[in-house]
Amino acid sequence: MRLGNVTFMAIAMGLIWGGIWMVLTSLMMMLVTGLIVVPNIGIAALVGAGAALGLLVLAPEMRGRKGLASITGVAAVAVVILTGGQPFSLPLDKALITQIIALIIWSILSVASLALCLQGYVAGSAKRYRVEVLAIRNLKGLGLLLFSVFVALPFYVMVMTSLKSQQSLLANPLDFSIDLSKGMGTLFRSYIELFTDFHFATFLMNSAIVSVITVILTLLFAIPGAYAVARLRFPGQLFLSRSILLIYMVPAIVLVIPLYAIFSQLGLRDSLLGLVVVYPATTIPVALYMLQGYFRGLPAELEEAGLMDGLSRWQVIQKITLPLALPALASVSLYVFMIAWNEFLFAFMFLDDFQMFTLSRGVVSLNSSEVPRQHLMAGSVVATVPVLVIFLWFEKYLVSGLTAGSVKG
Amino acid sequence: MHSHPPKTVGALAKRERFLAYRMLLPTFLMVLSIVLLPLLANFWISFKAVELGDLRAARPMFNEQLKPRPKTADQEIILRYRVRNSSKKEALSEVVFTDELPQGLTLLSVPETCSLNDITLICDIGDMEGGKRLDIEIPARASQLYLDNGVRVRASKPVASYQTVNVLTSFSFTLSNFKKVFSADEFWSVLRVSFYYTIFGTLGALVLGLFAAQILNTSFFGRPVLRGLFLFPYVAPVIAVAFAWVLLLDAGPGGTFNAMLRQMGVTEGPINFLGQKYLTFEIFGFSWKFPMALTTVIAFEAWRYFPLSFLFILARMQSISADMYEAAEMDGATPLQQFWYLSLPQLLGILSVLFLLRFIWTFNKFDDIFLLTGGAAGTRTLTVDVYEQAFAVSNLGAGAAVAVVVFVVLLSFALLFFKFSPQDDG
Repeated sequence: MRLGNVTFMAIAMGLIWGGIWMVLTSLMMMLVTGLIVVPNIGIAALVGAGAALGLLVLAPEMRGRKGLASITGVAAVAVVILTGGQPFSLPLDKALITQIIALIIWSILSVASLALCLQGYVAGSAKRYRVEVLAIRNLKGLGLLLFSVFVALPFYVMVMTSLKSQQSLLANPLDFSIDLSKGMGTLFRSYIELFTDFHFATFLMNSAIVSVITVILTLLFAIPGAYAVARLRFPGQLFLSRSILLIYMVPAIVLVIPLYAIFSQLGLRDSLLGLVVVYPATTIPVALYMLQGYFRGLPAELEEAGLMDGLSRWQVIQKITLPLALPALASVSLYVFMIAWNEFLFAFMFLDDFQMFTLSRGVVSLNSSEVPRQHLMAGSVVATVPVLVIFLWFEKYLVSGLTAGSVKG
Repeated sequence: MHSHPPKTVGALAKRERFLAYRMLLPTFLMVLSIVLLPLLANFWISFKAVELGDLRAARPMFNEQLKPRPKTADQEIILRYRVRNSSKKEALSEVVFTDELPQGLTLLSVPETCSLNDITLICDIGDMEGGKRLDIEIPARASQLYLDNGVRVRASKPVASYQTVNVLTSFSFTLSNFKKVFSADEFWSVLRVSFYYTIFGTLGALVLGLFAAQILNTSFFGRPVLRGLFLFPYVAPVIAVAFAWVLLLDAGPGGTFNAMLRQMGVTEGPINFLGQKYLTFEIFGFSWKFPMALTTVIAFEAWRYFPLSFLFILARMQSISADMYEAAEMDGATPLQQFWYLSLPQLLGILSVLFLLRFIWTFNKFDDIFLLTGGAAGTRTLTVDVYEQAFAVSNLGAGAAVAVVVFVVLLSFALLFFKFSPQDDG
């Protein structure tokens, strides 16, 4: 084998990928089956390096299905031999099938990652350009993997915790295996209890009411405002189109004390009406900003033609502008819905009566030592699922809406 | 002769103007009443000594009694009014109450402050200090009619007229809130923590977003799914993800992340990620204090908001024309050179806008820290301090004073932002 920078990089890559996949497969094994596993990271990394060298030895045209399969097999066997028959530090008679499956998964993932990164490279030296391409491929792959784990882990724990019982969680916090043997009723017990004993149906209803009304009110206010700023000439137009975002930067925490004081005295505080007044006020500026940007992009000639044909301004807006602006309306609605659904501060400060709780407020009320933690997580799942489903359904609109005019936190 | 454009406003332009104002009026009123007026009200409250309990205005409370309870006709008894000021702090003035006596009850003498008009008793109590009680005792006699009638003295409630100063609307001001806020030992550490949190949280979210955008800028199988997944932290409700992190990082026996670290042999004992102010390291004999809880909270901030910068950066990267990269390839530029000399300068605009906007929004952030640590273990920022002062210590005035500090700092940032913001981005 020729030595050179590609060879050395391949060794390093093999060490990294072999080790990382071993950590991840063992984690996966623990989370799915509940077995207590101590991975042999060092040996896995060494075998990974060997596999990388093996790939380099094979000529590029040889790295077909057959070549890769044989390297995968050899790597798996090598790990078994080098660890003295205990790749996961478990005795062989314990969950043998699971161990074999995990090992094969590790081997396939490691070899596949290495093969993808080393595609088109042979042992020896390469120019700086090719070396960088190799390094970047590697970093992108690693980044993709780590990002996915980093993003998904809290959500995974959230869902799985909600399906467990307190005792089993305390006994082994890594065991997220799902016990289907006791039937669906036990599995979803937390959810059933939330809806029967913790009034979550009311909370869900309240959240839906508040969010939908907020969306409607926001559109009712923002559409005419945005149209005026985008199309009509009046003194202060430029000032308005720029300063509207400034209002958007007023922090909610600064408003909460005076609004609390005023709403307390008006008797608006402990009611959904109070929220329905506050939420649109915080979303109108950004909705107006997003919509006016879109309105500006629509051809003015169409509206002028409408005016010439004798339509009034309101009719023009109704019959010409709004139908053309439907995508923008959709993205603004989604964005406002998301803000209203997820809002925490005002709901937390204003609402005392559980009949008025929104989901955000309801989940916080579960955060006490008397309520088991799987209920808290089940509540979180109930609060998350609707907004995520809507988001995935309309992702295209939301993404374009988010990038069109807002950087809200 | 030069021809000038007309200086006067034509009828059509006037109508257009009027229409524009009419269309903007609802928005203006809404924003005025829920954002601008409360903002001013916050300044107002910050100069007042208001506590949470003061939100209920002062009023006189009455308790009316016959002592002893009459058992036989024409027995001499005492009619007693016990008046109390409901507020402990605020005075009542010009308190006058009227009460109707039941049939068959005759007053033997009327005190100076009171007058009797047929069966209507009118008493002028005058001023009452905060928390004061007052008894008015009037000798009386109950006839057989009273005993038979069954209408007792309490059947008619005293009706009072009075003047009170609502502490919220009065014109007495004080600087004590600001003095208290600025002289507190913790204020400067709170300010420092706020800036650490803001700067590192913003940078973390930006850098992660930049990496994520780089990774997802190449097309591969499963890319749309991953793009959706990467947006989850931002789209999910803050309560859900915050509690998920709290449980994940729990230092108790049920903490998943600590169990993982132990299993992998990284740590021996559990690390209290959210409850420990400092983690002390011994490296080469130097002990080094690492702010654990603050770092965790910053990591959460970066985790939750990297999707936003990721989206913006990805959108910008996809709008850079491919020609430039082709030309660079021809000239033999390596991928890192292409990134450094082509992509990064193109992204600088959106990166700086994102930085300033995220900076302001991170500084504003309350929910995340409040839910993760409640401001304990060295993570109390200014926004959490507003809540603590106003609602945990129940001193609305002091809370409002901290809120003023938050607003002033923000205003400086916002002015900075508008000074440097390019016209086309945003």
